[in-house]
Formats: sequence, structure tokens, C-alpha cells
Amino acid sequence: MVMLYAALTLGGIGVIFGILLSVAAKVFAVEVDERVEAINECLPGANCGACGYAGCSNFAEAVCKGEAEAGDCIPGGKETSQEIAKILGQDCAEQVPLVAVVYCIGDRNNARDSFVYHGSPSCKHAAQMAGGFKACAYGCLGMGDCVDACPFDAMEMGDHGLPEIDRDRCEGCGLCVKACPRDIIKTVPQDFQYYQVLCNSRDRGKSVLNACSVGCNACRACIKACPQEAIALDNNLAVIDMNKCDGCGECVAKCRQGTIRTLEEGKKAEKEAAASA
Amino acid sequence: MELDLQTLMSIIFIYIFVENFVLHRFLGICPFLGVSRKMETALGMSMAVVFVMTMATLVAWLIFTYVLEPFDLMFLQTVAFILVIASLVQLVEIVMRKVSPTLYQGLGIFLPLITTNCAIMGVALLAVQEEFAFLEAVVFAIAASIGFCLALVIMAGVRERMATADLPSILQGPVVTLLTAGILSLAFMGFQGMLTL
Repeated sequence: MVMLYAALTLGGIGVIFGILLSVAAKVFAVEVDERVEAINECLPGANCGACGYAGCSNFAEAVCKGEAEAGDCIPGGKETSQEIAKILGQDCAEQVPLVAVVYCIGDRNNARDSFVYHGSPSCKHAAQMAGGFKACAYGCLGMGDCVDACPFDAMEMGDHGLPEIDRDRCEGCGLCVKACPRDIIKTVPQDFQYYQVLCNSRDRGKSVLNACSVGCNACRACIKACPQEAIALDNNLAVIDMNKCDGCGECVAKCRQGTIRTLEEGKKAEKEAAASA
Repeated sequence: MELDLQTLMSIIFIYIFVENFVLHRFLGICPFLGVSRKMETALGMSMAVVFVMTMATLVAWLIFTYVLEPFDLMFLQTVAFILVIASLVQLVEIVMRKVSPTLYQGLGIFLPLITTNCAIMGVALLAVQEEFAFLEAVVFAIAASIGFCLALVIMAGVRERMATADLPSILQGPVVTLLTAGILSLAFMGFQGMLTL
């Protein structure tokens, strides 16, 4: 008899709650945009946050609401933005694929340390300790905060204390840009293979020379040499305008520090140096 | 039902400090260790727990007193309470999503997570075991959940500071977390015997 009561009571409670829940689900139904689901499907799903939203599903919602553009998913690239645009029934603007570049080549062989650092292995912490252990206040500390931040496994620490970027794997999401406490990493268009000044130092020429053998000391030789007038000095640092540069290479020949390299060559030179060492 | 302010006050004090659910009864350890890495998530979880714990105890108490007791089916309390808590959380989630999307987004993943939290179940069961009156049971649930918040927030604060500390490798990760939890629990044992019901 007790068994029967028990079964009935529990069953009764279950049924009542079941009915209550299904009624509530009907009454309080929230209309979910089916496009959100569809867009979510074609996103990479890495939740990298490059679009500025917390995750891929938040981005999908924002796109449907019109807050974000179809092409805002950088890792997804062209294909994804076209798919999203198809779902939304709109044309999408051509989107330039980006790739991250480390604007510092002052590795352990080239750049001098000013003291020995024994703190926690994080660039963020090292940068706060007496202005960082490197003599150059703008140079890469090489603790690998950017490597940790990369969701695509495209970065690794090189042998000489500089991060290396695998250009094939890099999706240009820019998380490493945010992770770097010294703003050394920037994203540039993937098809831009020409020359860049791989230095971040705004120090005056003499202190750059003291700290690093490959830093830009603002000697202006490249500016005078450039036939396109694509190079300008910004706070003691030569900056090449990517829109004007046609890749003639005059500046590379004139640069006494060897700071200007093609993005591809920069990597090659590092590898060669590693091999010879 | 006689409103005894002193009893209510002592229930509040006892279940926040003396018999803290996490640090004295060791219930709800999973979220205590799981979401205490950041203060932000710890607060989110705490709010969700306060809400669900109070609601669950309230309904569980009603079911126990007006359904299980009259039919002499008290042995069913565990099963019945599981049913109650699971459905209640579902219901709250559905309603909240419609009525207050902001709160729904704020509590986020924590709401369904705490459905299976033993602290919620423990509070509901203890409320009937201690033979609390209705108001006492509700106050008990609120106090217990505030105790949970307190433990979680303290833990999150300690862990946030610890994240930047230079620890020897043998202590890193879960080791130092468990040690901290143990020391925190020992500290709360200091309240022992200060007040009893």
C-alpha cells in the first residue's frame, strides 16, 4: 500500500511539474532567430574574441541584429563572411586577410639586458618590474604572453627569445596584439610581402645603439633612399607606408642596422642565424 | 507561527559563520573550487546560488510539509527534492529568459550548473530535518546561501592574488588551491561553539 502511495505521489509531483514546465515553455517562449543558429554553424567556433564579442554565438546574434558586419569574423576569412552574407541575403564587402607580425628582432644575441630577471615568466609582469629587464624599453621580453594567447597554435618561442609566427596558421585574430604589454605585434594584410622596419623603439639613436644592435636609430638613410617617399619618421622610428611601398628594396641596402627586412626574409635571416650559431 | 526574531537572527549568524555550508559541512565544494578563479564569475555564481537555494528550499519545504508528511512518505524526501530542484531551476530559467534577459545573460551558464549542486540539496534536506518552521526555513536558506557566497568570494580573492605569486612548482595548480581551502576551513572552525540553536 505504501509502495502504491509512494509511486502515486512521486508520479503526481512529476506530472504536475512536467505540465507546469511545458506550459511555461509555451507561455514564456522566446523567439529565437533561426538565422542565429545557421550563422553559428558556419563560424569557426574557436571563440577567439577577435570580433569583439565574447564568443562565436554572441557574434552570430550581433550579426543578425545588424550590430556586426558579416566580414567581422577575421579567422573565418572570406569563405565564412560569404556564407554569413548568403544567410542574411546581403552582399559582403571584400575582406582582407590579416597576419600578425612581431616588430622586434632584438633577440638575445642582438639586444642587451640591463639586469637579470627572476620573476614570474610573464611579459606583463616582467614589463612592470623596473621597466623590464631589457635595456630597450620597447623590445620584446620573450616570455611568450603572445604564444599563450594564440588560439590557433600559430606562435612559438624561438631559440633566441623571440616569438615566431607561422604565417600559414596565423588567422590574424589579433589576440597576441592585445596580449603584448609593449604593443610590439601588429596585424598586417597577409598579401603584403614587402619591407617593414622591424623595430618598435622610440628612443633616440644613441640609446638605441646602446641597447640593441639591430634597432632603428632614426638615421634617416632609408627616408632619403626611398624613391616612393613611402618612409617617414614617427617619434624616432622609421615607418613604411604599406600603401606607397612598391618593394624596390632601396631602403634595405641603405639600412646600416639591418632593421628593415621583408616579412618573409626576416624569418629566413633568423633561421640562418640560428643554424650558424 | 510565532515570529521569534532572536531565533531568526541566530539562524542567520550560525549558517553564515559557525556552520558555513562550504567550510564546515563541506557541501558545494565543486563550484567552490571550480568557479573561484575569478572574482567576477564567483559573484555570478553566488548570486545564482542565493536565488536558487532560497527558491528550492521554499518549494521543497512546502512539498515536504503538505504532501509527504500527511501521507507518511518522508522516506521519499531525497527523490522528491531532486525532482523539485531540477524542475524549479528549469522553470526559473524559462521564465527568466523571457522576463529578464539581462539577468539571464548575467547568470548565464551557472543557472543550469547549480541544478546538480549538493549544497542546494543539502539545504533543502536540512531545512526539514531540523524541523524549521516555514519562515525559519526560508531565512535558513538565505543565510546558508550567503555563507556560500562569503566562502566563494573569500576564496576568489585569495586565488586572484595567488595567481601572480611566485610559487614553487610543487605547490602550483590544484595543490595550493586545496591548501587554501583547508586553511580557510580551519579559520572558520574558530567560530565553532560560539552559538547554537
